[in-house]
Amino acid sequence: MAPSTRTLSEQDSKSLLAGFGVPFAAEVLVVDGPAARAAVESVGGPCALKLCGDAIAHKTERGLVRLGVTAADAAGVAEELLSAGRPEDGVTGVLVAEMVHGTRELIAGVARDPQFGPTVLLGVGGVLAEAVADVAVRLLPVARVDALEMLEQLQLQTLLGPFRGEPAVDPGAVADVLLALGRAVAARPDIVSVDLNPLVVRDGRPVAVDALVELGEPAP
Amino acid sequence: MSPTPAQLRALFEPRGVVVAGASTHPGKFGFVTLHNLLAAGYAGRVGATNLEGATVLGVQTVPDLSDLDDGPWDLLFVCTPGATVPGLLRAAAAKGITAAFLTTAGYGEAGEQGRAAEAELVALCDELGILLAGPNGQGVVSTAAGLCAQIVAPFPPAGSIAVASQSGNFVSSFMNWSCATGVGISRAVSAGNAAAVGVGDYLRYFADDPATSVSLAYVEGIADGPRFAADLAAAAAQKPVVLMKGGATAGGARAAASHTGSLATDDRTFDGLCRQVGAVRAGSVEEAFEAAASFATQPLPRGNRVMVLTTAGGWGVVTADAVTRHPDLELAPLADDLAAALDELLPPRWSRNNPVDLAGGETRDTIPQVLELVANHPDVDAVVHLGVGIQANQARLMREGPFYPDHGLERIVDFHERQDARYARAAQEVSEATGKPVLVATELAVAFPDNPGPAAVRAGGRLCYPSADRAVTALGHMWRRARYLQRRGGA
Repeated sequence: MAPSTRTLSEQDSKSLLAGFGVPFAAEVLVVDGPAARAAVESVGGPCALKLCGDAIAHKTERGLVRLGVTAADAAGVAEELLSAGRPEDGVTGVLVAEMVHGTRELIAGVARDPQFGPTVLLGVGGVLAEAVADVAVRLLPVARVDALEMLEQLQLQTLLGPFRGEPAVDPGAVADVLLALGRAVAARPDIVSVDLNPLVVRDGRPVAVDALVELGEPAP
Repeated sequence: MSPTPAQLRALFEPRGVVVAGASTHPGKFGFVTLHNLLAAGYAGRVGATNLEGATVLGVQTVPDLSDLDDGPWDLLFVCTPGATVPGLLRAAAAKGITAAFLTTAGYGEAGEQGRAAEAELVALCDELGILLAGPNGQGVVSTAAGLCAQIVAPFPPAGSIAVASQSGNFVSSFMNWSCATGVGISRAVSAGNAAAVGVGDYLRYFADDPATSVSLAYVEGIADGPRFAADLAAAAAQKPVVLMKGGATAGGARAAASHTGSLATDDRTFDGLCRQVGAVRAGSVEEAFEAAASFATQPLPRGNRVMVLTTAGGWGVVTADAVTRHPDLELAPLADDLAAALDELLPPRWSRNNPVDLAGGETRDTIPQVLELVANHPDVDAVVHLGVGIQANQARLMREGPFYPDHGLERIVDFHERQDARYARAAQEVSEATGKPVLVATELAVAFPDNPGPAAVRAGGRLCYPSADRAVTALGHMWRRARYLQRRGGA
C-alpha cells in the first residue's frame, strides 16, 4: 500500500459503492451489545457480526468476523469484538449483517496497475481466493461485453452452472457488479482499490457481504 | 512524437538506402548489412559510406555522406559508433532522408550517460524530421520492397505477416519459422531500444499497410502503458495482432492492501488488455508464429464446432481430446444426414462419429469427397485433417530402397505421391470454397518436409501444422478472434 492511501471502514466502503449499484446484504452498525441484540432481532434470523473500523483490512484472518450469531448471543459477541479492536483500527462499531446463504463465493474488485492504470477484477472468491487465483482482469473502463467475457474466462466454470441445488450464476447480474465498480472509479478517480470479497452467489445472483475501499491521489 | 506515415514508408519502402559504415571486413555489421541488402535483390538505390572510400561488394562508397549524389535517398542505415551519429543524421537530412535505422549501441541500455545520449538523439531526429528506429536494433526487412537491411539472417519468403519486436532475436526466430514453413513475411523490424518509435507505432503502421494481413509482435517492458494500450486497440480493431510477452512471470505478487491488488498481477492485467482489444496472446514462439500464419492463410471460423478427419484411429482420438479440452472449442456432433452421406463412401467399419475415422477404407477419391461433405455441412465450422503424407512416406522408403523401380514400385510410388499432394490440395480447395478453416496437421511437415503432402500444403501458401495439438491451439486463437468480432458487431 502506498503511504499516501487510506482505507475506508467497511460501512463507509459499502455506502460509497452501494451508491453506484453494488448489491449488498442488509446490515446495521451498532456500538454496544444491547443494540447488537436488537439489530439481530430486527434483521430476523442469525446474523454475521463484524468489527468495523476505518483501518481494518483482512478481518477474517484476525478473527473479527462471527457468523450465524443468534439474538441470544449477539450482545456477548458484539462486546467481544469491540474489545478485540486495536487502537490503530479506528473502530466505529459492530456491523450486524444479514447472513447471505450461498455455496459459491466470488471476488470482485478494483486495483490500480502501475503501468496501465485502473483495472477491474473478477475471480473465484472467499478465503481461498488468492490460493486458487482463478481471476480475470480488464482495464477500466469496461463494456458489458467485456464484463461478461470476464466471467466466461474463469477456469472453474463448473462452479458457475447449476450447483448443489442452487441455480446457475446469472452472468448479467455479475456483469452489473463489475460495471458498477467501473462507474465508481469513473466518478471517484481517488479510488485506488476495492475489494468485494466475498461476493456470495445467492439464488444465482451476487451479493457483496464485505467491502474495502482504499483511497489516494487521483489516477492521472 | 509519433512517426508520420510518410516516415514509416521511408523505413519500409525506401527508394534508396545509404549504409553508413560499410566495412571491407566481412565480419563487420557494415559489410554484412550491405551484403544482405544486395543479396536479397533490393531494387532501389544503394549507397554507402566508408572512411577510405573503398569499393565494397562492388559499391563505390564515399567517405562522407554529403559526397553522395542527390538521390532520392529515404533510409539511412547506421553501423558506425555513436560519436559519428549526429553528423551523419544532419548530412542525411540534407539529402532528404526521413528515416534512420541505428544498430549503434551505447544508448539507453548503457547506463545514465547512454540515456542522456539517447535523449539527445531523439531530440535531434525530431528537429531534423527523421524517424529514429532503434538504436541498438538489428534491422528492417520488407519483402515487398526486396529490402533486407539487417545485420543478421534470414531473408524470409514474401507473405503478409508483419513482425515488430523489442528483441531482435525474436525477429530472427519468427523469420526462421517463416523460412521453415513457407508462410511469408511482409515487414519485420527490430525496435531496439525503441527510443522514439515503439512496437505500438509499428503495429499502427501494419494495421494500415495493404501488404500486411496480420501483425506479430514480441514485447517486454512497456514504457508508456496507456499509449501502448491505445496503439494495440487501434491496430487490433483493424487486423489480427498476435503478441508474445517476455517477463510474464517476473514481478510476481505485489504487496497490496487488497486481495484484488495482489491478484491483479502485471501478467493478468496484460492478458486482460489483450482480450479486451481482441488481440491474441501466445505463450511461445511456435504458438505465436502458428497463430499468425493461421490468420494469414486461413479464413476465420464462423463458429467453434470442429470436425476431426483422420485416416488412422489414435490420432483422431487424441485430437478430439484436444478439441474437447480447449475452453472455447467444441467437437462438432456428427449429424445424421452427414453420417448417412459418409456411409455411402466408407466401409461399414468407419467410426460413425467425430473423429471421422476412415478406417483405412479410402480408395482413390474418398478423401477429397469426405472432406467436401464434412466441410460443407452446416454443423461444421472448421476441420482438422490428419493423415496426409502417410502414403507418400511409404513411397519415400520404397524409392530409397534397393528394389526401386522394379517390382511395380515405380508405379505405386508415383501413385502414392500424387495422392498425398492431391489430399493436401483438396483441403485447401474445400476451405476456399466453403470459407471455413481446414487445417492439415502432420509431423511429416517437420520430419520429411519434402513429402508431397506437406510440400503441397506449403506450395499452396498454407501452414502444415506439425502436430494436431498445435493445429487445435491455432484454431482456438482464430475462433476467439472471430467471436470477439461477432460479439462487437465487427464481422
